[in-house]
Amino acid sequence: MHELEIAVAILVATLRAATPLVLAGFGELIAERSGVLNLGVEGMMLMGASVGFIGTVATGSPIIGLLLAMLAGAALAMVFGVLTLSLMANQVATGLALTIFGVGFSALVGVKWIGIPLEGIATDIWPSLSSSSPIVQQLMLLDPIVWLAVLVPFLIHRFIYRTRAGLVLRAVGESHDVAHALGYSVLKIRYLAVAFGGAMSGLAGAYLSLAYTPMWSENMVAGRGWIALALVVFSTWKPAWLALGSLLFGFVTIAQFQAEALGLALSPHLLAMLPYLATIVVLVLISRDATRLKLNAPAALGRPFHATA
Amino acid sequence: MRYRLEARARPAQAMVWLSPVLAAALSVIGISVLFAVLGRNPVQALDVLFIQPLETLDGLAELALKATPLLLCAIGIAIGCRAEVWNIGAEGQFTVGAIAGGGVALTFGGHDYWWLQPAMLLAGIGGGMAWAAIPALLKTKFNAHEILTTLMLTYVAIQLLGYVVHGPWKDPEGYSFPQTKQFAPDAMLPMLIDETRLHIGAMFALASVPLAALLLGRSMMGFRIRTVGAAPAAARYAGFSRNTVVWVCLLLSGGLAGLAGIFEVAGPDGQLTPVISPGYGFAAIIVAFLGRLNPFGILFSSLLMALLYLGGEGLQVSMQLPIAVTGTIQGMLLFFLLAADVFINYRVRRVPARAARALTHA
Amino acid sequence: MLTTRRTLLQASLALPAAGLLPRVAAAADPFKVGFIYVAPIGDAGWTFQHDLGRKALEASLGAAVKTTFVENVPEEGADAERVIRKLATEGHSLIYTTSFGFMEPTLKVAAKFPKVKFAHCTGYKRAANVSTYSARFYEGRYLTGLIAGRMTKSNVIGYVAAFPIPEVVQGINAVLLAARTVNPNVTIKVVFVSSWFDPGKERAAADTLISQGADVIMHHTDSSAVVQGGEEKGVWSFGYDSDMLRYGPKTNLTSVTMHWDDYYIDQTKAAMAGSWKSDDTWGGLKTGMVKLGPLNAAVPESVRAEVTAATAKIEAGTLLPFAGPIKDQAGAVKVAAGKSLSDGEILGMNWFAEGVQGKLG
Repeated sequence: MHELEIAVAILVATLRAATPLVLAGFGELIAERSGVLNLGVEGMMLMGASVGFIGTVATGSPIIGLLLAMLAGAALAMVFGVLTLSLMANQVATGLALTIFGVGFSALVGVKWIGIPLEGIATDIWPSLSSSSPIVQQLMLLDPIVWLAVLVPFLIHRFIYRTRAGLVLRAVGESHDVAHALGYSVLKIRYLAVAFGGAMSGLAGAYLSLAYTPMWSENMVAGRGWIALALVVFSTWKPAWLALGSLLFGFVTIAQFQAEALGLALSPHLLAMLPYLATIVVLVLISRDATRLKLNAPAALGRPFHATA
Repeated sequence: MRYRLEARARPAQAMVWLSPVLAAALSVIGISVLFAVLGRNPVQALDVLFIQPLETLDGLAELALKATPLLLCAIGIAIGCRAEVWNIGAEGQFTVGAIAGGGVALTFGGHDYWWLQPAMLLAGIGGGMAWAAIPALLKTKFNAHEILTTLMLTYVAIQLLGYVVHGPWKDPEGYSFPQTKQFAPDAMLPMLIDETRLHIGAMFALASVPLAALLLGRSMMGFRIRTVGAAPAAARYAGFSRNTVVWVCLLLSGGLAGLAGIFEVAGPDGQLTPVISPGYGFAAIIVAFLGRLNPFGILFSSLLMALLYLGGEGLQVSMQLPIAVTGTIQGMLLFFLLAADVFINYRVRRVPARAARALTHA
Repeated sequence: MLTTRRTLLQASLALPAAGLLPRVAAAADPFKVGFIYVAPIGDAGWTFQHDLGRKALEASLGAAVKTTFVENVPEEGADAERVIRKLATEGHSLIYTTSFGFMEPTLKVAAKFPKVKFAHCTGYKRAANVSTYSARFYEGRYLTGLIAGRMTKSNVIGYVAAFPIPEVVQGINAVLLAARTVNPNVTIKVVFVSSWFDPGKERAAADTLISQGADVIMHHTDSSAVVQGGEEKGVWSFGYDSDMLRYGPKTNLTSVTMHWDDYYIDQTKAAMAGSWKSDDTWGGLKTGMVKLGPLNAAVPESVRAEVTAATAKIEAGTLLPFAGPIKDQAGAVKVAAGKSLSDGEILGMNWFAEGVQGKLG
């Protein structure tokens, strides 16, 4: 029984740790599938974290807070969009600049809201289950955003592979010139994809400041945006692998803590390497088939598009 | 849509120089607006940000000191980017270079061996290369994308540094604090200018600029690198091995980053500590693109980036602006610089309203 | 917006005190004091407490002093040295560097500016114009150990730590030794999160410890995430650096808090009067550098009495937290009965006491 409880605790903790990675990662996946590489995820997540927190404290409604966070993420993504899509600035450099800006600007707008305690997003959305087993209760304590993150991979998978809009998105990411010739507005589609990515990053950031650790503090995203970016590459741009990668990364982090708390005699520094090494090892295992990889990588990724006609 | 961008037949040479000026003008406006909102004097801010760091010899030396690691890392990154090899883990290669070179300094320092410093630099280069060889191997043998592997290995390298300074290399007289012994005087790099901290590493960084330009512009390997990046199909047709190019690019950029790492610890630092880089490897990616992946451009952009750091510190010290404001300003400046570059390859055309409508519906 | 607010705040703090000072002082140029912070000031934590000290200094000496702070300075040697030197060149007569990583940079700058006074927090190297100062945080930790030993039902204390450095190890051992004086069955589980500030990781580590049976959790990291985690899971917690009661009104038992106000005021006054001398200050409960925050109503009267008694004994020097007999994790006697650790041995502590589960190095 005790082992089972620990296993459920690990599962719950893994889901919680993976949620920001899933949300930001799937946003970025859509952007990259349209052919745009936005390295500013960390900055957009921070904007979402600070604006979401401010919105919730100011209005008392976490729903409004979450919506504002998504708007803030999308707004920052639009700055990126104007620079890289309309003005054709380099995407890699602009994304990095976006992160520098987001780190600073989120701190600037959030300064008055530092240190305000906030009741986390309500977890009592389910009917009282006090009679059920502690394991079910543990699962029921997960907040709604985690459940949303569980759904997102299925929805996005469906969108990409089963809808017409998803087909267009992939076409634009594959070859913008062909898509343009077919009459699709490449820029409009890319703007939408980038905005979606920003909104999801904003949501991921707000999850951190409203649910995971309900507080706002400068730089509280602590590198998760970079991990989300790396996981999109890890997934070879496939939704299923992205979901698995996020869970894997979350799981190894939690498992490392569990092992430490159980008294595993290993240097904490060596243990802390594990999530990164595990991700590399799995990437190597899934990347060996070169032809399959090429099928999924958006061929136009990172290339600017300029309609000549 | 009243205006639209029109591709120029060839890049406008004048705009190559004018676009930074335009960016500077936009920045002055942006900063003025921000400071007006904050209720501060924008003229003073611009002075602190751009002029004061350059007013003294010491300031100039600090600028060069700060630019040195950025320049070395960015040159390597840029060579890779030309071949579409995305090394975003210069930070990790920098760290391992510092560990390897620092290990030599700690082991052999203090005996006045003539070969000590060359050995340290070689170890630094070797450490960086070794760390970059892992992604190269994984890329060429297993197809694993270097964006992920180089980034993940950066986090591993930082933990490795933590491990050595908390564990085996900890200063026995340091009360168990995580740091190594101070390097012996013979392991410290010679200074270029007395009374400043500018060390010999700056010369190496400067020398890397024409060497990289020669490599890219005039050598067969440079031609291969550029072809693999710009026209992969042509490269395949010409029989250029993509794998060779991946290895060359990653080893080169890893070696340069490792060299920057040993310069940093044997120059201003003088020991290994858990933090040896404030993010040079990541900042160097922006530097590389700001310099348009051209070695001479990167020389300028690394100095500009260094100036942004120094100016940012100045804003904090002299005007008591919090770090949040300086980060916002730095981000804004980079936006303007990147945006202004559009005019090198495109010109703005005024489009009559009716034609514009027709275009959007085309 | 931030700056305006901060300027106003400084002005409002400075004005009332200014009138109390002799006119000569007010007329002269203010004495400039610099502060180097390792993190953004934030809302709680290590740097926040140092900034409270800076504000207390301004409030106390008014217009006679002008303080400057630089936040988020990397502990990277080259950058830290440049920022410290910048403060020295811009006329600061006394500079406080508030993190261990600034030790070598402080000494290097101090050698070039013999007339400027420096004080480095938590280091051990001094010079004619460099003092060191720190606090016996472990004394406060010892008191929380007493409470934890009484409050735990599972006899497992969970400890979220940043890095295995002596300051962290002292705290963990002090909690264990104190808890075992009232409850010999207590063990401590330690999780290192390899970061001073990552609320997400700190929270995940706390959840892990709770899932493994810890019913009291504490932390040696910089955010309030662990205290919040305890509140959500209904597990007792202790805060660190700052009073964190507002993050866990029901379950936060108390916090070990740090107070640099008096040190900053005394040292600055001495420097202004010309009587400043390089020395080492290692304050504790007695000098008020370390305090216990308000106790939660959940702490029973009998435990409060124990804490009060132990506080008095530590202040009087009759209770030494690291008095023998103490065994290490391998069961070897580290401190014999009747002996206690010297300050030097405490400063360099790199072993866990028997009963601590975790690995160093």
